[in-house]
Amino acid sequence: MLRTINKNQVLILTNIPRVPASITSVLRGISRRHKIPLSTLKRNAQILKEFNLIAYGDPPNFSGVELTELGRFISNLTVGEEPTVHGNMVQTRSGFRPLGTVIKDLRKTVLRMIAEAGSGHLGASLSAVDILAILYMIKMKHDPKNPSWKDRDRFVLSKGHAAPALYAVLSEAGYISPDRLMTLREIGSQLQGHPDMEIPGVDASTGSLGQGLSIGVGMALASKMDGSGSRTYVLLGDGELNEGQIWEAALTAAHHGLDNLTAIVDRNGYQLTGRTEEIKAMDPLADKWRSFGWEAMEADGNDPASILDALNACDLTTGKPSVIIAMTTKGKGISFMEGNKYSRKTPDAQELKRALKELT
Amino acid sequence: MAQNASQLEHFGRALVDLGLINEELVVLDPDVAASTKVTYFAERFPERFIRIGISEQDMIGVAAGLAASGKTPVACGFAMFVACRSWEQISSSVARPELNVKIVGSHSGLSPNADGDSHQTYGDVAVMRVIPDMKVVVPADAPEAVEALGAIVDTPGPAYLRLARGATPVAYTEGCEFTLGRANVMRDGSDASVIANGVMVPIALEAAGSLAREGISVKVVDMHTVKPLDTDAIVKAAAETGAIVTAEEHSVIGGLGSAVAETLVEKRPTPMERVGIMDRFGESSRSYSALMAKMGLTSDAIEEAVRETMRRK
Repeated sequence: MLRTINKNQVLILTNIPRVPASITSVLRGISRRHKIPLSTLKRNAQILKEFNLIAYGDPPNFSGVELTELGRFISNLTVGEEPTVHGNMVQTRSGFRPLGTVIKDLRKTVLRMIAEAGSGHLGASLSAVDILAILYMIKMKHDPKNPSWKDRDRFVLSKGHAAPALYAVLSEAGYISPDRLMTLREIGSQLQGHPDMEIPGVDASTGSLGQGLSIGVGMALASKMDGSGSRTYVLLGDGELNEGQIWEAALTAAHHGLDNLTAIVDRNGYQLTGRTEEIKAMDPLADKWRSFGWEAMEADGNDPASILDALNACDLTTGKPSVIIAMTTKGKGISFMEGNKYSRKTPDAQELKRALKELT
Repeated sequence: MAQNASQLEHFGRALVDLGLINEELVVLDPDVAASTKVTYFAERFPERFIRIGISEQDMIGVAAGLAASGKTPVACGFAMFVACRSWEQISSSVARPELNVKIVGSHSGLSPNADGDSHQTYGDVAVMRVIPDMKVVVPADAPEAVEALGAIVDTPGPAYLRLARGATPVAYTEGCEFTLGRANVMRDGSDASVIANGVMVPIALEAAGSLAREGISVKVVDMHTVKPLDTDAIVKAAAETGAIVTAEEHSVIGGLGSAVAETLVEKRPTPMERVGIMDRFGESSRSYSALMAKMGLTSDAIEEAVRETMRRK
């Protein structure tokens, strides 16, 4: 099947936004960026439509273009096979931009927010940036113009202390106005130190460790009951796995065969006061999840292509929930912050300058 | 006294009726369905009955997720474990985002008499009451439990309903008047007021009856909703009778007695006595009434408290 898809068709498949847009505007955008004649793209779009990979109405009964279930599957596979997912164009608040640039900008935003707030969990936010970006920019079905869309995919930031990274991504996706980001942890701001559902785009209030997976189980159960195709993603910290409720929820999810639930463990190897393996050993981690009835796989949690591959593999799992042990680096992206040094330390003006320079 | 009836039996059947009307209603069970009587719902709506296993904290989180996706979850377990053990989950995952989760604590107070003090619940009202915007309801008997359940399901947002194990005396008739946050005056009187809730309401009526034979006229108020509290009814009772006694099957610390005292101190200082569990643990007893008597939750104790407040007028 893939062999029959040409380069132009791949471009179309991978550039269909997850929000409603007209086929013409999507094709015009691709045409402009890749210097491909619009008529060529139109012909290829027609073929994709005939293959039932994309769906759109013909004028005058216009409706937006969207990927079909099969189309989304192939699109995700195709993106994963691109030599650099970094180069993939993703839709942001300010139009289509390369994913790699977006991720760098997200790290800069996280640094600025925490420096401005004077406190926050920098290391744990930076390790999760790539995972959050892939979820919100490529993988998840959601609509910033309609945050309460019933059939959207859900995301629970169970490691709620990575809130700055979530806020940065939500802003880039169009949920939070960028000028509000610098109000992090300020009195009167919605952007509390840990996420609150009051913020458009935040699907669960978290912050107290250990509770997010149970919430995700409830969402996945509701989706099954409603026959909705919506998936639920839960991002867990590796230190957070010390909490017993996580394992209660793991049992509940497996018992109910929640194959629409994916947990991602941000395995940065550290918790607040030191290495996870020295404080309460968790290895062999994937085996633990498997013995709880989950499909478990490992990925490089700071490599977008690896994360996307693993997420796509989760879509194929049936009859049980899936978990990705995403191997990450705490403080990822800034050489002198990697490790546990900036678990709770806030960069001063000089450090912020140095860090931002590394990201340019 | 009137006959006895089981709050849980009536609650269990009422859940089925509500399930017929409200298709989003789902019931979660931490493996105590046979005791809490949610088995009726499970038989009628198996697809809306969710087995969680013995993990109350997880159950509260799952309920939060269901509510965030538009369901009306009723999470029902033993009061000590669903309310007290899971307090922080209720506060953080449910109440903070004001999710529409209904928490039902069965086997409350001393009602699991034979099980002993590991199962007896003395602080659930206190810990639920302290959570911002949480509604806390302690119905007097089986008919009121049915109306209270309907009211909390009809009212958006989190709520806690406290129910007793076993058959308890009945003070109301089926279909009784119930408004969330509005106390019911059960009996008028002029010398003192007993403000009670839960199983202490029928006992307060018994006390009022025997005091009447001594020529003491006692008003009895059923304060079924501890939060939001009907402060007007408390101030009115204080103004009319000048002496207040509270009666609850709960610690005198943090529950109805505390809530009434807080109101009186701020709005109308009045001589007051509290009847309840006096800062101590219970114990196993094969007889519920013997345990209630040993713990001081009797008509006699209320009568003595009424005389004491009247002396202090």
